[in-house]
Amino acid sequence: MAASTTLSSSITTFKLSPHQPRASSVFNPLPSVKLPSISFNNLFNPLISRCVPTPKSSTISPLRSAASSTTPEATTAATTFHGVCYVVGDNIDTDQIIPAEYLTLVPSNPDEYKKLGSYALCGLPSSYQTRFVEPGEFTSKFSIIIGGDNFGCGSSREHAPVALGAAGVAAVVAESYARIFFRNSVSTGEVYPLESEVRICEECKTGDVVTVELGENRLINHTTGKEYKLKPIGDAGPVIEAGGIFAYARKAGMISSREA
Amino acid sequence: MASSAIASSSTAFINKKDVGLSAFSPQPSFSVLSARKRIPKKIVSVMTPQQTERKPATTGSVKTGMTMTEKILAKNSDKPEVSPGDNVWVNVDVLMTHDVCGPGSIGIFKKEFGQNAKVWDREKLVIIPDHYIFTADERANRNVDILRDFCTEQNIKYFYDIKDLGNFRANPDYKGVCHVALAQEGHCRPGEVLLGTDSHTCTAGAFGQFATGIGNTDAGFVLGTGKILLKVPPTLRFVMDGEMPDYLLAKDLILQIIGEISVAGATYKAMEFVGTTVESLTMEERMTLCNMVVEAGGKNGVIPADKTTYDYLEGRTSVPYEPVYSDEGARYLKEYRFDVSKLEPLVAKPHSPDNRALARECKDVKIDRVYIGSCTGGKTEDFMAAAKVFLASGKKVKVPTFLVPATQKVWMDVYSLPVPGSGGKTCSQIFEEAGCDTPASPSCGACLGGPKDTYARMNEAQVCVSTTNRNFPGRMGHKEGQIYLASPYTAAASALTGYVTDPREFLQ
Repeated sequence: MAASTTLSSSITTFKLSPHQPRASSVFNPLPSVKLPSISFNNLFNPLISRCVPTPKSSTISPLRSAASSTTPEATTAATTFHGVCYVVGDNIDTDQIIPAEYLTLVPSNPDEYKKLGSYALCGLPSSYQTRFVEPGEFTSKFSIIIGGDNFGCGSSREHAPVALGAAGVAAVVAESYARIFFRNSVSTGEVYPLESEVRICEECKTGDVVTVELGENRLINHTTGKEYKLKPIGDAGPVIEAGGIFAYARKAGMISSREA
Repeated sequence: MASSAIASSSTAFINKKDVGLSAFSPQPSFSVLSARKRIPKKIVSVMTPQQTERKPATTGSVKTGMTMTEKILAKNSDKPEVSPGDNVWVNVDVLMTHDVCGPGSIGIFKKEFGQNAKVWDREKLVIIPDHYIFTADERANRNVDILRDFCTEQNIKYFYDIKDLGNFRANPDYKGVCHVALAQEGHCRPGEVLLGTDSHTCTAGAFGQFATGIGNTDAGFVLGTGKILLKVPPTLRFVMDGEMPDYLLAKDLILQIIGEISVAGATYKAMEFVGTTVESLTMEERMTLCNMVVEAGGKNGVIPADKTTYDYLEGRTSVPYEPVYSDEGARYLKEYRFDVSKLEPLVAKPHSPDNRALARECKDVKIDRVYIGSCTGGKTEDFMAAAKVFLASGKKVKVPTFLVPATQKVWMDVYSLPVPGSGGKTCSQIFEEAGCDTPASPSCGACLGGPKDTYARMNEAQVCVSTTNRNFPGRMGHKEGQIYLASPYTAAASALTGYVTDPREFLQ
C-alpha cells in the first residue's frame, strides 16, 4: 500500500525552551536501583489509584521552589498556582488533549516536548470558541484547567499530561480522572491532577482568574469571588513536586541520587 | 433485594456504600453522574438481581478467598495474599511497547538508568511497530528506526520489524497490531503479568492474565528494573449466561456492559467475565470482550483460562505457565448478571463508548463509510463475521467499506481461509464481490486517525460505522466526524444498506 502525498510537515528544529522536561538529562552511569518490598509501600499509598478515599489530612509542605515553576502566571509562592483558567466539560479524552496525529512527537526529546505543548487540547471540538493555545505559540496563557468527570479517559499516551505540562499548565482541577492519566500525571510530575469536591466546571468560565492553594486544598475564583474545596492530593503531591517518580525516588533514597 | 453476598467481616476494604448489588442501585462512590444520565431508557433490562453465591466463612480464620486478579498480583509480588487497595511491587513477565510510546519510554530509560544501561531481561520485552507504519511521515518512520536501533543495541529477542514499507509481505517478521500479535505469537499466558504502553493492553486478560496499560515513565522504570508498583484493584464480576444468539458477537456484550456501567464505571477496577456464555466464546471473541474494559475505565479485564485457552496456546508458546482461578470465597465489589439470549445488536453512538443504543433504533442514521479493523474488530473471526453477512445478502455495499486486517496472519487468513457455507470462497473473494475496498496492509490504521496520509483516515466530517473501540471527537481523524461503534456483523449490514443496520436483516 503506497502512502499518499498529503503529509504533515516534517520536523523543524526549535530552540530549546527555558524549561525543559523537568528532570534534566544528565547521563550518569547506571545507578543501582533498590526496590523495597514492603517498607516503602506506604509512601506510595494514594499514588496509584484511589478506590479508597485519600487520607483526610495531608498537609503538603511547601517545598516547591519558584525556580521550578513552569508558567509565567504562577508567580506566587511554592504551592500556590495563580492564573487564568480554561474550562472544559466531562470525559475529556486523550484524543482531545493531544490528537493521535501528533503522537509521532517523542516527549523525552526536548524540542519535541516543546512542540507537544503547542498542540495541547487542540482536539477539542469547535464548540470551544477560545483556543487553548494560540496559533504560533508553544504555551498557553491558561495555566489552570478546570474539568468535569473522568478527565483524561482513553489512551495511555503519556503525551497527554506532557502536552499540558509543556503548554505551561500547572494543575488540572476536575471532578474525577481516568486512571492512567492520573498515574501518568504523577509519574511525570507534569501537572497536579487535583479533584474538586463539587462540580465547579459549571460555575467557572474560561478566562476567570483563579488561585489554587495546595496546602489549603482550596481553589479561589477571583472573578466570581467564590471558593471551592479540593480533595487533598495526598502522598502524590511530593512526587509531582519532585518532578516525577524518578526524581522523587532519588530524593527519597530509593534509588541512588545523581551527583550534582 | 440486596443480598449479602459480600458479607464476610474481613472485607474491610469494601466501603459500605459500595456494596450496591443491583445494577440499578446507586453507583459506588465514583462520580459518574453525568454519564449515568445518558443511559438510554429504552434498553430492556436483562439483568437479574445478584444471587447469594457464597456464604460467610464460619470456620474461623481460614485463608481469605482471592479473585484471579488478586492471586496473580500476589504471586508476582511474592506474597501469600493481597487485598484490594494494597500497593505491591510486582514482577513483570512481559513488557510490550510500540512505535508511538516506545521511543519515549526508551528515552526515559536511557536518561534515568544511563546511556549504557541494559534492559532487565532481553527476552521479556516485546517490541511491536504497529501504529504509524504505512505513512510517509518522516517522524513516524524515524520512530520505527529508534526501536530498531534499540533492539539491535540491546539484543532484544522479540522485535517484529518492518523495513520495506512498500510491501509488508516482504517483511516476514512484521506482525501488525500489537495486542493481536502478542496473542498470536504466544506472549499472552495465563497467570502472568503483562504490561504495555497502550491502554488496550487489557486485551490479554482474555488469557487469564493480569494485563494493563502504562505510560512511558512507568515503562522506563520497568525497562530498568522489571518491576512496577501497582495498587491491587477490587473486582467487578460480570456473569454472562445463556446461549449467544447467532446475530450477536462479543462486541455487543461489551457495548452492553459499558452502556450499563458508563465510561467511568470500572475506573481503577478489575472486570472479571464468567458464565456459560463466556465459556462458549472463542479466544478472539474473549479478546474483544477484554479489549474494551478500558473504555469503562477498567484497570484490567480477565477471563479464567480453560480448554479453549490451552488449545489456542498449544504450539504458540513453550514457556511454562501457571493458570490461577478465583477462589469460591473471593470478594467482589459488585456482581452483574446478564441473560445473553435476550440481548440485541448494539451500537455506541457518537461521541462516547457508553452512548449505547440498539442498532435497529438507529436505522435512520445515514452513513458515509464503514471501517472494519483494529485490535478490537480486525481479527480473523471479525472478517469471517463480516463475510458471513455479505455472503448471506448476496448484495453490494452502498458506502465505501475499508478493511484493515490487524496482523499479517489475519491478512493471510482473509486471503486463504474458506468461509463456511460459501462453497470454498475466501473472505477476500467475498469482499471483492461485495464491492469493498481491497484489504489493506495490517496496522492500527485509521482507528486512531494517525498521520494525514493514513489509509482510510477520516479526513472529512463523515459518519462512519466502525468495529473499533473509541468514538471520541476526532478519534478517526476529523473532529466533526461521527463514529458509531458496532460489531463486525452490524458494520457489514450497515455497509450493505448505507444506514446503521441491525444484522438480523441479513442473517435471518
